[in-house]
Amino acid sequence: MIEARNLRKCFGEVVAVDDVSFRAEDGQITGLLGPNGAGKTTTLRMLYTLLQPDSGDMTVDGIDPRREPLAVKRRLGVVPDSRGLYDRLTARENVRYYGELHGLDRATIASRLEKLVGVLDMGEFIDRRTQGFSQGQRVKVAIARAMIHDPRTVLLDEPSNGLDVMSTRALRGYLQNLRSEGRCVVLSTHIMQEVAALCDRIVIIARGRIAADGTAEQLIARSGEHTLEDAFVKLIGSDEGLLA
Amino acid sequence: MMPVFKKELLENLRDRRVVINTLLLGPLAAPLIFVLIIAFTVQQAIDRAEAELELVVVGAEHAPNLVRWLEQQGVVVKDPPADPERAIREEEEEVILRIPAKFPEAWAAGRPAVVEVLTDRSRRYAGTSLNRVQSLLHGYSRQIGQLRLQLRGVTPELSQALRVQTLDLSTPESRGGLILAFLPYVVLITVFIGAMHMAIDTTSGERERRSLEPLLINPLPRWQIMGGKLLATTTFALATLGIGLVAFTWALKFLPTAQMDMALNLDWRVAMIAFVLVLPVALLASAVLIILAAFAKSFREAQSYIGLVMFIPMIPSFWILINPSRLETWMTWVPLLSQSILILEMVRGETIEFAWLATSFASTGALALLMAAVAGSLYNRPGLIFGDG
Repeated sequence: MIEARNLRKCFGEVVAVDDVSFRAEDGQITGLLGPNGAGKTTTLRMLYTLLQPDSGDMTVDGIDPRREPLAVKRRLGVVPDSRGLYDRLTARENVRYYGELHGLDRATIASRLEKLVGVLDMGEFIDRRTQGFSQGQRVKVAIARAMIHDPRTVLLDEPSNGLDVMSTRALRGYLQNLRSEGRCVVLSTHIMQEVAALCDRIVIIARGRIAADGTAEQLIARSGEHTLEDAFVKLIGSDEGLLA
Repeated sequence: MMPVFKKELLENLRDRRVVINTLLLGPLAAPLIFVLIIAFTVQQAIDRAEAELELVVVGAEHAPNLVRWLEQQGVVVKDPPADPERAIREEEEEVILRIPAKFPEAWAAGRPAVVEVLTDRSRRYAGTSLNRVQSLLHGYSRQIGQLRLQLRGVTPELSQALRVQTLDLSTPESRGGLILAFLPYVVLITVFIGAMHMAIDTTSGERERRSLEPLLINPLPRWQIMGGKLLATTTFALATLGIGLVAFTWALKFLPTAQMDMALNLDWRVAMIAFVLVLPVALLASAVLIILAAFAKSFREAQSYIGLVMFIPMIPSFWILINPSRLETWMTWVPLLSQSILILEMVRGETIEFAWLATSFASTGALALLMAAVAGSLYNRPGLIFGDG
């Protein structure tokens, strides 16, 4: 479970995250929806401890990332915006490396990897060097890498970026799978259809602030519009960034 | 820290260009070039010294006795070209002897008779021939001078107020040390070259591939991640150094040292000591290069920064070159300079005090650890992770 209260982060003069508060429950998929530059990535980076908030509080399963960054990192599985695979290593070696960094022993890594290869359908390319992988294959490796230590909470930054229809469908299936296992899944996206199809709870972020928070039905009802897209435009107050 | 170390080594050993450039060309090129150049120069010097001396003589008719004497000394006297000066300038001849028309008159009067030796000293190859011609002429001059004194009943020794005897106490080893003077520079630059690629690849390369952010999300203190990279870089630098030293020690066996009248005191024992001596330099070079490369956003940017510091390993050698003084204790405390001087002393065959090696190792090691600590703290700066400053 993730709780964020009044997070604020500035880079010099620029206020990237102004006032962000939300909750993400276990067994749910929470979507951070917002136009590009709204502060989604910065919010996630604060949660996974690579950035320090200027003010505000946050906890992951009750642990403060600022106090115990390593404990939080052990609980989090993160697929950041930059997938960053090592081209000269095979997909298996990429995932194994992260397992070793988590301090897992060889046998555990091997058995978890076998499962992930099955679930994510990576059998065809798991022992190939990742140079020349398609976006879909890269995302799968990045997900396997993030899940090798079996984290309870999963953060994904724009996971469907650059994926084709089939890969996107597979990704959705996998995330629903994680939800049914009772994990807390948080994903950021600027794609409306994705949250509509997937998320139990939608947190709309615009200009570093929370514009609205609730289920898809609640958001539509609150805005008085008929579709989520119209509701979104109305709630963030402009359609800037939607086409980006 | 160990997973990072192992992964960086594995990843870079898979890159064929890295292996060829860093582990083969880098350490092997210098010994190869060195041995070829030395062998060539030595052979040329020997050839010149032993070859017949051909000498163009202009105006031979003015001093037939001198010319005959030269021929008796084994000189092949050649007929003059139309324009002697041009022949020298256009490198047709190395040395030309010109006997002016006034020669017989001065000779008969017992005045110093002028002969001219034409050459171009900026042509280095002319040196040997010039020396031989000059010493022949001096020999003739002295011989005739002594005869003239004897004719007048004066003992020739009176004209010789001094007899200078220079005793050269240099040993074959110390003469060999002259040739190996550049060895410290090669050793130090090899270490820097060995560390360079790895330092860039593990830091700015990681940033360019956008794999640094996911890497740092792993539950590992950041200094340990940097520590693994530093260790891998140092290992590469040491491997390069080891290969280079082995190649050098081995290649020197092919030099005609006997003909050069010198001994090259670089055997396996000296190579081992040199390796241990330069060990902390490998860590120092790796840490400094990593610090520089970590600030760069891309591989190319890092290369341009690092190009600027590659002259650092040259400084001690240049310093020794322009200020060739004796080893003093303070020098053994200065990183890079201490290694350069101590390696020089060893190849000259001098005895090295253990304390000197120890101070060099300790001072360089301390500086290296300090730099390593700086490097270890770098990933606490968000600007270095996301590439926005």
